[in-house]
Amino acid sequence: MYVDDAVSGQGPSTGAVAPFPSYEAGLTTLLARDDRLIVMTAENRAAIRGLPTVAGPRFIDVGICEQTLVGAAAGLALRGRVPIVHALATFLTMRAFEFIRTDVGIAGLPVKLVGGFPGFLSEANGPTHQAIEDVALMRGIPGMKVWCPADEQDLLLGLDAVLSDPAPWYLRYHAGPAATTHHAPFEIGRAEVFSEGTDVTLLTYGLLFGECFRAASMLRTHGLSVGLVNLRTLKPIDRGAILTAARRSALLVTVEDHFLTGGLFSILAEALITAGLAVPVLPLALDERWFKPALLPDVLAYEGFTAESIADRVLRRLSQL
Amino acid sequence: MTVNEYRLASVGSDHAAAHGDLKALAHRVRRRVVRLATDGGCFIGASLSCVDLLAYLYTHWLKVDQQRLDDPDRDYLLLSKGHDVPALYGLLAELGWLDPSRLQRHLKVDDDIYWHPNRRIPGVEFHSGSLGHLLSVGLGIALDIRLRGGTGRVVVVLGDGELNEGSIWESVLVAAAKGLENLVAVVDRNGFQANVATEELLPLEPLTDKFATFGWHARRVDGHDFSALAECFDTVPVGCGRPTVVIADTVRGKGLPSIEARADRWFCNFSADEVTQLLGELDGTRSAEITSEVLLVR
Repeated sequence: MYVDDAVSGQGPSTGAVAPFPSYEAGLTTLLARDDRLIVMTAENRAAIRGLPTVAGPRFIDVGICEQTLVGAAAGLALRGRVPIVHALATFLTMRAFEFIRTDVGIAGLPVKLVGGFPGFLSEANGPTHQAIEDVALMRGIPGMKVWCPADEQDLLLGLDAVLSDPAPWYLRYHAGPAATTHHAPFEIGRAEVFSEGTDVTLLTYGLLFGECFRAASMLRTHGLSVGLVNLRTLKPIDRGAILTAARRSALLVTVEDHFLTGGLFSILAEALITAGLAVPVLPLALDERWFKPALLPDVLAYEGFTAESIADRVLRRLSQL
Repeated sequence: MTVNEYRLASVGSDHAAAHGDLKALAHRVRRRVVRLATDGGCFIGASLSCVDLLAYLYTHWLKVDQQRLDDPDRDYLLLSKGHDVPALYGLLAELGWLDPSRLQRHLKVDDDIYWHPNRRIPGVEFHSGSLGHLLSVGLGIALDIRLRGGTGRVVVVLGDGELNEGSIWESVLVAAAKGLENLVAVVDRNGFQANVATEELLPLEPLTDKFATFGWHARRVDGHDFSALAECFDTVPVGCGRPTVVIADTVRGKGLPSIEARADRWFCNFSADEVTQLLGELDGTRSAEITSEVLLVR
């Protein structure tokens, strides 16, 4: 039985309009509006190439000094600024981890940490560059919020809200093309529910949303009722969306380019246990290992995270229920 | 005396009298530090070495007033080594920033006064304790002051052992590159890190040259000589486009000959009787006989 699961009234065709044409354009607009914003980097300018010209002295590049980057951001925040800090996700969240935890976290300062090339997006760099524990590390800091946009449109929908929020944030940056149009306005702590399904619900975030979107379509061709949830913020997590899916679906699947430990699977397990729910869960993640370095399509294929692989693994698990 | 009264006393020709006041102030601060080194103890050695520095800076150099902490042009002092906070608490109590009775709640759960700084205490700009952090935080404050066209200056007190941390040298590079002349690092050069002399483990000398070659305006001073401190800080350059470092030669445990310059007297938890003896030693009326266990922390 094929079920069109699109949530009524929120079909993908509706579309939430991105308020800016690009991340850089968004920053440019918001910088002009709010003089507290400062753009910082540890010489990682991929996402902000035009900002030195636009921001002038409010663009600060400290060189390859991630610890000083974060410490200085805390100092600027103490003076009322809101620094938007850019570095590779690996080096930002690990080289500077203690500075994030101690200078930003303990003080609860409104520093926005933008981690570039997280998860599979590090492609062929090798395990030194693989940020696949970043969610676990960042969500473990009291008061730190975590946002993992699925693509550029998703990123732009939430940018203003996250930069305006007084909390420290980790932004798992992804500005790739969207697999589909996002329909739900961004709201902190609110997942975007693309569809609800009785057989299986795919829970995901970030880059792999696109693969999950396609995997959901494939699963529907097998007559399955498939839910698809783009979680957006992993902290705060939309517990309601998770528990609704757990009650509705025969199987939950978490899909993430992250270690199995500490990411979405752990978040789901915590939510289920807290609610006293025990449901079958298939976690698709990196279990105690780094991924094979290669170009992105090959990584996805080798590691089993293409839409086809995801659908295949879900079908196999469903057959065991 | 308040900060302003100390400043007024230093104006005019009677520097000797002003320095006498400073000595008396520093002596009272040291008495407070000694009294914190019991019932759980504190990092007394590293605290006593920077008492004179802090007393000088707060009363004669820093433009900072407890009543006007929101003044955008005020100065900042950050304790990066952190474990020297008893010196700051003692000073803040003497200057009227901190209710002295709160020091009786040292290490107690009903207050926020413990082995490292908490910024809920008035006068503490930022928490520290993990070494190698506050030069970068101070750098950020200095950047913002400059962005706003302000005149405030940021002093960051570093331990010499703290200079082992790589993050310090990151910030040293960055501050020079950014030409932050409103940033002043003060190294409490007491010659020791936690358990050994600095030169026995990771030699730092020639320290002045190290900073100078990193592009800093570097100078060295006797950190217990108020006249020398005045001469040094009064001539910290403005407009040279470089950050300044003052390497202040000090003595660990300064004021207590029985523990001075000893590697094994960094963190101490004395008995009540030993505290009484040490206060006498500080006053010059007796020498102390210390028998309490030598503690290794870290």
